[in-house]
Amino acid sequence: MNKLIELKNLTKNFEDQQVLKGINLDIHENEFLTLLGPSGCGKTTTLRIIAGFEEPSSGEVIFNGKDISKVPPYKREVNTVFQKYALFPHMNVYDNIAFGLNIKKMDKTVIKEKVNKMLKLVGLEGYEKRDVTLLSGGQQQRVAIARALINEPKVLLLDEPLGALDAKMRKEMQGELKKIQKEVGITFVFVTHDQEEALSMSDTVVVMNDGEIQQIGSPIDIYNEPENRFVAGFIGESNIIEGVMIKDYLVEFDGVHFECVDRGFEDHEPVEVVLRPEDLDIVEPEKASITGTVTSVTFKGVHYEIMVETEMRTYMVQTTDYAEPGRKVGLSFGPEDIHVMCKMGNY
Amino acid sequence: MKHFRHLAKPYILWSFLLIVIPLFMIVLYAFMGSGNAVLTFSFTLENLAKFIEPTYLSVFWKSIKLGVVTTAICLVFGYMLAYIISKMNERTQDMMILLVTVPMWINMLLRTYAWMNLLSDNGIVNSLLGLLGIEPIAMMYTDFSVIVGMVCNFLPFMIIPIHTSLHKMDKSLIEAAYDLGANRVQTFFKVIFKLSLPGVLNGIMMVFLMAISTFVIPKLLGGGQYVLIGNLIETQFVTVGDWNFGSAISLILAIIIILFMRVMKKIDPQEDKEG
Repeated sequence: MNKLIELKNLTKNFEDQQVLKGINLDIHENEFLTLLGPSGCGKTTTLRIIAGFEEPSSGEVIFNGKDISKVPPYKREVNTVFQKYALFPHMNVYDNIAFGLNIKKMDKTVIKEKVNKMLKLVGLEGYEKRDVTLLSGGQQQRVAIARALINEPKVLLLDEPLGALDAKMRKEMQGELKKIQKEVGITFVFVTHDQEEALSMSDTVVVMNDGEIQQIGSPIDIYNEPENRFVAGFIGESNIIEGVMIKDYLVEFDGVHFECVDRGFEDHEPVEVVLRPEDLDIVEPEKASITGTVTSVTFKGVHYEIMVETEMRTYMVQTTDYAEPGRKVGLSFGPEDIHVMCKMGNY
Repeated sequence: MKHFRHLAKPYILWSFLLIVIPLFMIVLYAFMGSGNAVLTFSFTLENLAKFIEPTYLSVFWKSIKLGVVTTAICLVFGYMLAYIISKMNERTQDMMILLVTVPMWINMLLRTYAWMNLLSDNGIVNSLLGLLGIEPIAMMYTDFSVIVGMVCNFLPFMIIPIHTSLHKMDKSLIEAAYDLGANRVQTFFKVIFKLSLPGVLNGIMMVFLMAISTFVIPKLLGGGQYVLIGNLIETQFVTVGDWNFGSAISLILAIIIILFMRVMKKIDPQEDKEG
């Protein structure tokens, strides 16, 4: 895939606060890329810099090979879907969607044709004359998407667009957005703090924290091979354990040596180990090298969440088997369930 | 909350005494034959008919004209000021709005007297012009002095409603317009101005109403010969003593104002959305 946008060493200061500390990121054609992170991590600022609403304090925004960091938003080939949609309240659905084309003084019949095509794409046929302020959240969302896409941007920027919707509507719109992206075949840059949303929709997930990129990768990589404690903790639930990498394919934690699939660390390098709760199994104590006592069991629908207290720490286990509190159990897992990460000072 | 309702009772009595009864009297006098003895009431349309005489119609026409000019000037300057203020940071905005209201803390008569001092033949403006070697210009007792006086008195009533509507406008709408390809000028006319229309209409309404009914400003800055509809009403009551004709003019003015407000409400996009 071709590179469409390149962010090079972007920094942004608001007064004396540095919200972006050197962002380097490539965005490709037809990619669904998600910027994921807690609030205040700089993901929205990054998006606003791509849109042109903010100027970076330093660094470059390369679009199709040209630096556009000084180009005003109305001259950029990107369009934005705003967090609260920002539909023009004084216009109806049709005029909102046609806004960009009317600005370009396009022929009225061409505009009509394109608006109708967009209404069809987002499933709002027959809504032309409706007052946008009286639409439901999901419908306003669709108008906002149509209004942006009608300009045929190379990139669509979406700033937490599903944040204001209820859970059911969110799920529906997630699927819808993915479908629309496939259909129009352009790049989507999506900002969210919802890890599940990021994992289920994206081709590439960019995990951000504190103005820095923590990891870039496919949803599967991000989930299975978190690069540091922050990513492991932010994406899904994890047992994060300090350990030592004895040598390639051998790690030690909780006083036991385990075979693993990781290599490339220095011998005896201190590391952190991630064990996903769903990768742990409850077995008879004699069959496992880590043993402990069940302290609590919570029913979660599909599985039980069982807390097992060992000598060193408490592990969280997610399993469909039941183990009553107070029972002595062993924890079992395979070499491929152990994810070894570099140790981070900060977390 | 219910028992607080009784607290409104004195106010109801008060407004009945001071607003409803006088209004009723005005209507009554307007349709009454000469004299103000209510007991010997004789119905007539003479007072209203008198208004159609050319002298009075020209006064009426002049009032409307000056009102429109004043409102237009207030709109242009008021919008510019409100727009500039709305671009400042929160704190400066509060400060600026406070400054806009400062003249209103001073009595209108005093402010108008101050303008007399500024504009008179040997006033401050002419003295300054004299220093530059320019002959004194007669500014007092002209349309110019009256309009200056009205604009300065009424400008805050234009700035504040427009500023309020600009200030509470969702800034992401402006960003959305830029994002969709509108440059600054297009964004202003297609989005910002249209969304500030409720404030603009409120401002126009207030300024125009004050401008066509004022009598102090034309009296002081326009001089004795300068007659607007407000002065006409005042003279009928205070000098001539023809309360019936005075009431008739007041009634006509009131009806025009009511009609004008209805028209403005119709234009207001926010209003017909709710209705």
